[in-house]
Order: sequence, then C-alpha cells, then structure tokens
Amino acid sequence: MDATRQRSLVDALRAFLPEDAVLFREEDTRPYECDGLTLYRQLPMVVALPDTEDQVRRVLQLCNEHNVPVIPRGAGTGLSGSALPHHAGVLLSLAKLNRILSIDPLARTATVQPGVRNLAISEAAARHGLYYAPDPSSQIACTIGGNVAENSGGVHCLKYGLTVHNVLRVRGLTIEGEWVEFGGLAPDAPGLDLLALVIGSEGMLAVVTEVTVRLVPVAQTARCIMASFADVGEAGDAVAALIADGIIPAGLEMLDRAATRLVEPFANAGYDLDAAAVLLCESDGTPEEVAEEIERMTAVLLAARATRIQVSNSEAERLRFWAGRKNAFPAAGRASPAYYCMDGTIPRRRLGEVLKAIQALEPKYGLRCPNVFHAGDGNLHPLILFDDADPDSVARAEAFGAEILELCVQMGGTVTGEHGVGVEKLDQMCSQFDRATLDAFLGVKSAFDPAGLLNPGKVVPTLHRCAEYGRMRVHGGNVRFPDLPRF
Amino acid sequence: MDQSLSQLCETVRAASEAHTPLLIRAGGTKDFYGNASSGTVLDPRSVAGIVDYEPTELVITARAGTSLAELEQLLAENGQLLAFEPPHFGANATIGGCIAAGLAGPRRVSFGPTYGGVRDFVLGAKLIDGRGQLLTFGGTVMKNVAGYDVSRVLAGSMGILGVIAEVSIKVLPRPMSHHTLRFEMTADTAISKLNEWAGRPLPLSASAWHEGTLYLRLAGASAAVRAARHQLGGEDFDNEQADAFWIGIREQTHPFFADNAPLWRMSVPSTAPALSIGEPQLIEWNGALRWLRTARPAEQVRECATRAGGHATLFRNGDRSAGAFTPLPAPLAAIHRRLKAQFDPLNLFNRGRLYLDL
Repeated sequence: MDATRQRSLVDALRAFLPEDAVLFREEDTRPYECDGLTLYRQLPMVVALPDTEDQVRRVLQLCNEHNVPVIPRGAGTGLSGSALPHHAGVLLSLAKLNRILSIDPLARTATVQPGVRNLAISEAAARHGLYYAPDPSSQIACTIGGNVAENSGGVHCLKYGLTVHNVLRVRGLTIEGEWVEFGGLAPDAPGLDLLALVIGSEGMLAVVTEVTVRLVPVAQTARCIMASFADVGEAGDAVAALIADGIIPAGLEMLDRAATRLVEPFANAGYDLDAAAVLLCESDGTPEEVAEEIERMTAVLLAARATRIQVSNSEAERLRFWAGRKNAFPAAGRASPAYYCMDGTIPRRRLGEVLKAIQALEPKYGLRCPNVFHAGDGNLHPLILFDDADPDSVARAEAFGAEILELCVQMGGTVTGEHGVGVEKLDQMCSQFDRATLDAFLGVKSAFDPAGLLNPGKVVPTLHRCAEYGRMRVHGGNVRFPDLPRF
Repeated sequence: MDQSLSQLCETVRAASEAHTPLLIRAGGTKDFYGNASSGTVLDPRSVAGIVDYEPTELVITARAGTSLAELEQLLAENGQLLAFEPPHFGANATIGGCIAAGLAGPRRVSFGPTYGGVRDFVLGAKLIDGRGQLLTFGGTVMKNVAGYDVSRVLAGSMGILGVIAEVSIKVLPRPMSHHTLRFEMTADTAISKLNEWAGRPLPLSASAWHEGTLYLRLAGASAAVRAARHQLGGEDFDNEQADAFWIGIREQTHPFFADNAPLWRMSVPSTAPALSIGEPQLIEWNGALRWLRTARPAEQVRECATRAGGHATLFRNGDRSAGAFTPLPAPLAAIHRRLKAQFDPLNLFNRGRLYLDL
C-alpha cells in the first residue's frame, strides 16, 4: 500500500469528517476486510463512515477528483463479495445513515436512509398494520441499502416480489457527487426505468442515500403445511402441481433429507427425518381465505404423493415449522467448520434432476452438500460443508460450487438468484453470457460511471478473465484438480 | 439462431453500415404514443411465435412479433393471464410493442402477488443492438441477479435501445373469482377511500372513478372476494357488464376517451388530492393515475402535475412541440444519452420517440 497516498487521503477526508469516521490503521480496517463471503479478504486503504448525505457527497467528490475507487457497504452481510474492499480504495460504509425518515400509512410508503435494517422497517410500520415484504434470511442485520444493491429476495418473494418490486424510489449520488433520483412516488417515472438498473447493480452505478419502499398490509392470519415426500423429484412435481392448480403460496420451501437432518438437532422443528424431502407450504390472508387455500393445497399435495401432511394449528407451531428453514445456515455453521452457500436458480421442472446431480457430485469432491431451496421460484441454496483450515478442502469446495453453478446454467437457469455476482461468480458469468452481452453490461456501467471508480472489478468479468476461464475449462491439464471431471 | 432472427440482425447491421435511421413498427397500434419519429420502417413481425410455455413454471417466452391477442388466448386456455392487463389499442398489437410501450392496464395496482407494471413481470429479453448484435439479458427464471437488469429497462423504452426480439414474462393464475362494486362519491372521497382500502388486506384488482361514480373490482380467492363485498358495501355491478366496462377503460373505448381533445396521462402519488385544474378527469390505480382531457398548454398541465408530486404525458392528440414526456433533470438526461450511445452508437433506432435528443 502506498503510505503517502493513504496519508494524504486520510487528511483530505478528515477535513470534513470527524476523526473517528476515517479509519486507516490495520486494527481498525480489519473488520471491513470481507463481507458475508469470508473466502475473499482484502484490506481497504481507508474506511470512511459518514453520517450525513452531504458527507457522502463530499467523499465521492474527493475520490472522483483523485481517481480513488469507492466500495459502498451496508451491514456487510452479502454472500458474494460485492463489498470486498479495494486495496487502493475507500470503503464507504453507509451504516451510520440509519434513520427512518418518514412513514406514510395512507400512501403505504416508508422513506428511510440506506443503513436502516430491513426488519426495522417492518417493526416501525407494524403499528399501522403494514410491513415491508422482502425478507432475506439476514433481515435482522442486513440494510435496505444493501438490499437495493443486491435486489434481495427472501422466502415470500414468489407471492410478494423481490426488492425491485417493492422499492418505489431511490435517491442517491453519482460518482461525481451529483444528486440523482430514480423512480418516484408517482408510477412510471419519465424516461428509461433506471430504477430497475440500479436495483441489483451491486453498488456499481450509484451510491444510495435514501430509499422509499412500498408497505403492504399484514395478513390477518397465516398457516403452514409441512409435507413429506419419499423422493425429491416427487416433491418437485408437487410444487408444479400446486402452481398448476392456480395457487401462489405465500411461502414454498424445500429441504432435502441431508438438510432436515442437519437442522433438526439445532432447531427442533419436528421435521420428518425419514422423508427424502420436506416441503413447507404457507397460506396467508383472511381466515376464510386461508382455510379455503389450505384445504386445496392439502388435496393437491396428497394427490402428488405426499407421504405425510401436518398443518400448523397455532402461530407457535407455524413458527416452529419455519425455524428449521430459517436456521439452516447457522445449523450448517455448527455442523461443519465452514460452509459455502450456493445460489443458483433453475426452472422448477429440472429440480429432481439437479438435486440428484448434486448428490452424485458429493463423493467426487469428498464433501457433503445438504440443500435448502426456495422451491416456489426455483432458487437453490446448496450448502457445501468444508474445512476452512484445510486449503485442499477449501479448493474442493470452490470447485464443487463452480460445478453446481455451471449445472444451473446448463439447465437453463442462472448462477445467482439473489446473492449477487460480486467477485465470487465472475467466472461463471463467462458461461452464462456471451461476450457481446457482457460488453453491454460494461457499457451500462460506463454510462453511469465513466471513470469506473464505483466498486470496480465486480459483477462483469473482463475479456481477459473469460479467456483464462475458457482455457481452464477446455484444457483439463491446467486446472487445480485435473483428476476432477468438468463440463 | 434461426433464419428469421439472423435476418433481422442482418437488416440492422446493413442499416448500421449505411447509417440508415430505423423506425421499429409492428402492428402500428401505438403509433399515437410518444413523439413523432422517422426512418425506414423495420417490421419485426417476421420474428414471431411462442418459444416456450410451461404453465407450471409461470413463465412464457415469445418472439416479439407474436400477436398479443393470441398470446393472451393461450394463457387463458391454461387458466393464466398477463397480470399487468396491457391495453391492445387494436387487433394487431404484438407482445414486443406491448413491452416497448410499457403500458399497464387497470390491474396495475392490485394487491399482493398480482401487483405491478409491465417491467415487474419482464424476466428476460433478447435485444438486437445498433451494431446488429443479438444480446441476451435476464432469463426464464423468477429470481435472477446475474448482471444488470437490462430486460426490465426495455419496458417503456419506446424502442430506443434496440429491436426487442424475444421476451420472457412472468404470468399468473387467473383469479378464482371476481366482482365489481359501484359507489357514488366525490373524487376526493374516492381517493381517500381507495388508499385506506389498499392498506387493508382486501383483494383489490382495479379501480376507476369518473363523474361521481367509483368502480371497484375485487379479484382473488372466492372466500376473500365474498368477505370483501360484505365489508365494503356498495352496489353490485353485473359481472358481464363489468367486464365490458373494464375493457372500455383499458382500451379507451369508454366515452370519457371519445373525440379528439388532447388526452393527458398524469402520474401522481396515490394520495394526491383531486386536481383542481377544472377539466374532465378519470381516476385509476387507487388514485395514482389521473386521465385528463384538456387543451391547456403543456407547461400548465405539467406544472399542475409537479404540484401534485408527479409528472404528465401527452398521451393522445394535441401539440407535441413540448415533448410527449416530462423532461428529465440534467444528470438523468446525461445518463440516458450515454446509455443510448452504448446500445445504439449511430442513433439508428426510433430517433426522438422518447426524447427529442435521444
């Protein structure tokens, strides 16, 4: 690291930021070296912690003027390394911009700063009978700014949509420090729908300083069905049968046997440990509506060869059913020194096939891989269990993960459903998109950030990187594990 | 790539070599919309047909030139629909034109899973850029965050970024039951009632207020529709008549839309009070969409929209010299120009259709 450059940047930032809002000593910047994906670590040159919009603007102006990369960061719970620092850049934490600015119960909107936690919005809206629908598993910690960057989903997005469907307006800054507003409180903002581009852009197009979200009424009641299946393929078919019957469940999740056995000792959810797959299927709405829907769902699931059906009879029981699913990641963390969570999405009809293929890969890499799955929208979360103290185990986990993502692309799916590309899936982007499309992404990036200073090196692989990756895939001799078959 | 698609790419490539401006136009049902444009007509209807439709995946993939009516018919046969209820404005409407115009119908503001405009349901697209290259964005799955979400941006892009060749769209089951209620009330009461109801878990599916009558469509599970009818009161509207009424609103065959007076489409926050401009109005989308018939100058109409916190589009007829769409603030206009230059460096497609300088 260039100490002179670091010193002068720190001085320039301290001209308008308090001393404790500019971190540069290693012991202070170390906590920012990675996000939720701990496989990648990098110390930033400087960490800036502004607590007003105007300070954010001045940080950006300064960095733009001195050609310093800026890496925006929320709570750092992301799972793809989107917030991985740059060695010569400023890590711009927006965590201190954490105020709920206003809630308008009649218009059903909340306007908040980017550092407000996802769950805090719903908690604040609860007294009006409203909530913010997207509920990523990390919702107690993750921020709305991070959700906008990643287009976060959750277990209810089949029915209630992703971040992109629930954010009305984003106010932010360009890298030049100019104010911009995307979307608005009135529908169909004039011009191209830049809001759709900014949501999910992983902090590469603009820095978010204010977000207006849509709030929706809290359902009067919710009940959940837990259904067992003797075969994962049959469980997949049951999901299709529900949809074919015209039902859009509020939540529809699947755990395979390895996953139920992993989480049960941890969560005591009462899962059927003999079943090859357990399906959680939720209905919400008015009591009459839920009663009608639960009846229909039960009939469809039984006809689709469910071997056992339990329906929650109380809120406590419903939450217990969900406890296992919601605690799958912590349970994986307890059962294994480390786990690597994948995020591919596939057309649902390929589910049985894909789960069997993943099982078949386990002995090849010598690693276990339980699966939890947003069954309603085809989003898989295979959890590869490995030992992060053993470099060979780490390498096998990465190779296993890469092969799962390639499989998703082959099946007509995508390498990331909700966790983002970050630095993690740059190689797989080369498989999913052709060069012309990747170049169009680079074009979008340069339309917002001509100098390429906002979160550089994430999401879109360079021509060179794809060429390298192509060579590795074609010539088996160059890969780290030449004995492992690849696509 | 099949022949019709590669031919379309070839046509664009040839136009790019010759620097020939192109006017993308299929059925021509939305010629009236946006600013006037010129160029050699490029008809993408050679690229048509359903590519993939598996009802249980809730996704349909179709070539851009596919007839919108045929596509909706296929969905209906499978108990599904396009949740944004797009207007056709003529028998020749295509799905490509529907996406490029980005216009949603009465269902736009319904509750829960069915909420959304056109862009909310676009999952993927193939686009021919200004170099004649076929680009593939998004995919056929509901959750996909690989790369920037360019396919959603095509909704409402008026064809300025390229020729839409294929789209994948999320579809939904048709509601089990629907019912329309009528209420006599003023515009301001309607606006406040609609917003209040939207904050409750009611199966609202469409609303329209005109000349003292509010029409409210409920759609969803039969139990939910039944319970809402009981809660809301109002006067029952015969289902067949109601269906015809909603088609009239969607297709603008309702008498409010008759004659050649300029028609303005004003988007405002749903809670904005009734506009005090003193011209005939029709209110949709729980108050967020206000149609206005007025010959007042654009400046005055747009000022009224700005005061209400929204923006105004000159939708049909009238003098377009001030632009059909509300002008953009400078930083956004700059991003638009750079985006346009990235996708269409020679400025071939639909010059001026969205903004005069694009």
